Amino acid sequence: MTAPALQPAHNSAPRIRIDLQHVADLVPPGSRVLDVGCGDGTLLAYLTRFKHVDGRGLELSMARVRAAVSQGLPVIQGNLETDLKDYPANAFDYSILSQTLQATHNPRAVMEELLRIGRRAIVSFPNFGHWRVRMSVMFGGRMPVTDMLSDAWFDTPNIHLCTVQDFIDLCRLMNVRIEAAIALNAMGQRLGFAATDARANFFSEQALFVLTRA
Amino acid sequence: MTTLGFVTQPAPPAAAPSLILTLKDPLVLQSGVTLSPVTVAYQTYGTLNAARSNCVLLCHALTMDQYVVGVHPTTGKAGWWDYLVGPGKVIDTERFFVVCANVLGGCMGSTGPKEINPATGKPWGLDFPVITIRDMVASQAKLLDHLGIEKVFSVIGGSMGAMQVMEWAVRYPHRVASAIPVAGSYRHSAQNIAFHEVGRQAIMADPEWAHGNYLEEQRNPKRGLAVARMAAHITYLSETALQNKFGRRLQDREALTYGFDADFQVESYLRHQGYTFVDRFDANSYLYITRAMDYFDLAQENDGVLANAFKGTPVRFCLISFSSDWLFPTEESRAIVRALNAVAANVSFVEVESDKGHDAFLLDEPEFHQTLQGFIDGVAEICGLPARAKEKP
Repeated sequence: MTAPALQPAHNSAPRIRIDLQHVADLVPPGSRVLDVGCGDGTLLAYLTRFKHVDGRGLELSMARVRAAVSQGLPVIQGNLETDLKDYPANAFDYSILSQTLQATHNPRAVMEELLRIGRRAIVSFPNFGHWRVRMSVMFGGRMPVTDMLSDAWFDTPNIHLCTVQDFIDLCRLMNVRIEAAIALNAMGQRLGFAATDARANFFSEQALFVLTRA
Repeated sequence: MTTLGFVTQPAPPAAAPSLILTLKDPLVLQSGVTLSPVTVAYQTYGTLNAARSNCVLLCHALTMDQYVVGVHPTTGKAGWWDYLVGPGKVIDTERFFVVCANVLGGCMGSTGPKEINPATGKPWGLDFPVITIRDMVASQAKLLDHLGIEKVFSVIGGSMGAMQVMEWAVRYPHRVASAIPVAGSYRHSAQNIAFHEVGRQAIMADPEWAHGNYLEEQRNPKRGLAVARMAAHITYLSETALQNKFGRRLQDREALTYGFDADFQVESYLRHQGYTFVDRFDANSYLYITRAMDYFDLAQENDGVLANAFKGTPVRFCLISFSSDWLFPTEESRAIVRALNAVAANVSFVEVESDKGHDAFLLDEPEFHQTLQGFIDGVAEICGLPARAKEKP
């Protein structure tokens, strides 16, 4: 089955990057949300305006923080690897980490913090098990440069790449429950199977998980 | 206010005379001393709306006063936030009712050491009780009571003004919808206390200070106060700003004079800052207000845990610091942010890139103004205040 194109929450809502739209669709209206690595606040602005969430953002780049605060969003400059510990447990309904886990020094510790702060965590990441990646290494003999992984090995921020299966294994290791697992292509469109499906590890270019503490 | 570089601005209109409120009741100070009578000199700009919900309270810094915009009656220069406050500006007086009061202990009309002590009929001098940031804020709260304002839309201030903003948010969390401490801290650091002590000692070392009785004895400790100002002024700038502005350039001369005249431009500039300051500021006020800043410590009064000061706070915070500010460095603001995060408070935090040092909060810093504008507009929307008028093409 192929999922239909997603409808925005309101007719008046503008379109945001489609992978962010998937995240937005997973957040119930009125939730308390911490967007970790929120960039210029695109997702947060959407959630605040159209889903009436009580949202906060944390972002490393000061230029992006200024852009977000200049839109009136409650965003602070900080480093997710050192600053998440400041937040109390269960402070948010959802902690969100979009396309950033693979760039952290200690992904497992970050996941633990996300699940401590939020009752649920929404995590998305590029799948290093996608067939194009495998082909690149196997036949090209080189580190892959794809739509999802667009930087050369020497200047990529991605230091802890994983496959969908690796991620599922980590969830098992951490005793984390997977509530939803969405497989996406590079454009951010949903594939016709869940990210927990055996096909996802080979065919999905990115994946989106909703996690809770078991 | 420092102006490192010229900025063309239309000449502001002269400031209106200050309004004076005399409190009905004595003020019980943090020290336990009862002070009476207490007057609060203040200025207002803009119009209070029918719901009384559009008040912006501005808190001034150590040597500023209630003259935020317009030509200052003593200095003849523009008010300290003329860049930011006015019709169509970031703190838009067509949207907001802006109030700024001279702090308790000040010398521009609010009760301070140069006013007459009713018990003696002479100026208070050193008989004036030591006041704190909390006392300043308490007097402002009385002013808001008098104006019939239960809750302000925002309380905003830089430097010592930021300390008052923090105190407001902690002491009266239900009276402020948003708090914007700029280039501030939750406590005065050892280094800052040290600089203040140099200033106070300079004043007290001037024989003209006469143990604080200079007004009665018709003397003027202007040398001491000027030195205090010169030392403090260095802390308001950055090394880069000083180097760029002055370098080692000589003042109106071709060569070194092998003497102690102001050979260097930077010396001449500092002397000018010192001498012009004494015309508008009272030496004893300088002692009292610097002391109030030294005593400020929001963590200490919460068992050393700053976060405890903010438990359950409904206030929306926006902290802004400047990268080259070494008097109130970014790390101070970040400590407040961490404490606010610990109680999952609503907080925005931006460090603005600037080489202008601490004084950047008084200068034309577009990034700062843009950030402030965005935050104010965001909170205005949440508070149901009308949006900013569209800019004319």
